[in-house]
Amino acid sequence: MANVSIRSLNKYYDNGFHAVKDVSLEIPDKAFVVLVGPSGCGKTTTLRMLAGLEEISSGEIFIGTERVNDLPPMDRNIAMVFQNYALYPHKTVFDNMAFGLQMRKYQKEEIRKRVGEAAEILGIEALLERKPRQLSGGQRQRVAVGRAIVRHPQVFLFDEPLSNLDAKLRVQMRVELKRLHERLETTAVYVTHDQVEAMTLGDRVVVMKDGRVQQVGAPLELYGRPANRFVAGFIGSPAMNFVNVSVTGAGDALWAEAEGLRVKIPSQFAGRIAHKRLTLGVRPEALRLANGVDDYSFATEVDVVEPLGNEILLNFRAGGVPMVARVDPGTHVAAHDAVRFALDPARLHFFDAETEAAL
Amino acid sequence: MLIERKWKKWLYFYLPVAAFIVFTLFPFYWMAVTAFRPDAELYATWRQPNAAPLWTLHPTFEHVVGLMKTTAFPTWLWNTMAIAIVSTGISLVCGTFAGYALARLRFRGSEFLGTAIFITYLVPQTLLFIPLADIVRDFQLGNTPWALMLTYPTFLIPFCTWLLMGYFKTIPKELEECARIDGATRFGAMVRIILPVAIPGILSAGIFAFTLSWNEFIYALIFMSSAERKTVPVGVVSELIRGDIFFWGQLMAGALLGSVPVALVYSFFVEYYVTGLTGSVKG
Repeated sequence: MANVSIRSLNKYYDNGFHAVKDVSLEIPDKAFVVLVGPSGCGKTTTLRMLAGLEEISSGEIFIGTERVNDLPPMDRNIAMVFQNYALYPHKTVFDNMAFGLQMRKYQKEEIRKRVGEAAEILGIEALLERKPRQLSGGQRQRVAVGRAIVRHPQVFLFDEPLSNLDAKLRVQMRVELKRLHERLETTAVYVTHDQVEAMTLGDRVVVMKDGRVQQVGAPLELYGRPANRFVAGFIGSPAMNFVNVSVTGAGDALWAEAEGLRVKIPSQFAGRIAHKRLTLGVRPEALRLANGVDDYSFATEVDVVEPLGNEILLNFRAGGVPMVARVDPGTHVAAHDAVRFALDPARLHFFDAETEAAL
Repeated sequence: MLIERKWKKWLYFYLPVAAFIVFTLFPFYWMAVTAFRPDAELYATWRQPNAAPLWTLHPTFEHVVGLMKTTAFPTWLWNTMAIAIVSTGISLVCGTFAGYALARLRFRGSEFLGTAIFITYLVPQTLLFIPLADIVRDFQLGNTPWALMLTYPTFLIPFCTWLLMGYFKTIPKELEECARIDGATRFGAMVRIILPVAIPGILSAGIFAFTLSWNEFIYALIFMSSAERKTVPVGVVSELIRGDIFFWGQLMAGALLGSVPVALVYSFFVEYYVTGLTGSVKG
């Protein structure tokens, strides 16, 4: 059990590429922290530096109270689950799980006990004598997790562990990992590019882009109050709609205007507007079909209807860009219908068009 | 596919395969037939009555017996075997370490080193034997098995290194990263995890190296002078062709017996050998 502290971490590769830029993170004991971002954002590199598989260019990493910068991977008391599972192909499932304990010279009895416990938790007791190539993808995944938990490490590291599984199994394993974490109460750092995985698994989610941390927070915090346009667009599916608008003053109110769209800017934003150019962000569920004309509605034509069963996605163009609205399954709208949408003024986001920071 | 006509399969598959098999195996067959053919039949013309040019009517062991009695063939076999095993062993050990280092460790000049090793493999033996002869003489190794055991690795090590480097690159690096997190040092991870996984690659490198040194001719011809020190390829050719007289029966018996060990080694390891060349490791 330990907290992890990452301070001003940087990684430069030999070719000069600056992969991780000044990352600082405080991960409390027993937390489940997810690093999420598009590929090349530095999340895996950060994890590998934490594991000791990648050299640290500058900055410090503490696990518990110990500075681990110069410790080899074996002395950091961590366990890692890899994307391709990295099971030892020539060893049985039992030996795969026992290897780390054997290397640390545990007694045979203790090894058998711990492997047995882990196998029971993961439901793989029947597979212990098999070789990895005789296992299905989901079973290999379980063995890889089992190999990590037998050691009772201070920190679990997961590097996209579910991305090689098919969609259905991924959803199932996601829930199992969450349960496992509740049960083991060990600090976990999890890397993924899948925002749904990040939101469902993490107590805290760290969104990264181009080597920098964009925002750290609880899942709903990221969803409700994204710090910038990137986080707003990355979290949530379908993604937030963005329209570039210009600010005009009329009377005592400010208006955001784009082609075919004129929306009043709620008063709480008024004091924070520095430019004439803003980006308006609206989540698909903050749009509904309007009953009449008001300050937050606009007319358009629906071009594609996606009936998903539990909801209907309406695609249309407004402000010169394609947008999506998420409406009730009972809504009767057909393609090419002329409609009027209303925005929920409490759920509007405005971003500075230059810095992309949220207002 | 299912309702494809049978004759098509014969025409496009079995026939070409049969032709290919006949083409590749015929020299071997001819060697075997000649080895067991009595001299009288061997030197008779094809036009004579009852001639059987493609098989023998009176199989005999006289050439095999002659080979054993009049030449040092058993000693040659032994020499060849010992030299091939030792030089293969040396080359595998060096090739494994070098191949692993070139595939995994990032150090200054590693790419240049890899290319340089490959280039040494391209230097023809017919040029290299001249400086090597000088070195062999300086160390007074001439006419001893060490002359060959130590010179064969000059072409076997680059070969093994290159082949094993390719094989190591196909093994996911996460395997040893995981082993290092599990508590192994880099060397420990290599010995306990990577080498067992690389066995197919190491075996095929070994088979290749063994065959290359078993069949090697020019160094053996130059560095070995006395009859009882020779290897099979050199011994058979130099002792059974006297002037312009070819002892065909014994030559072929020698060639046949000389190729049997290699064929055996191949057939034992053929499965490893194939996975070794295609190089697939599935977790």
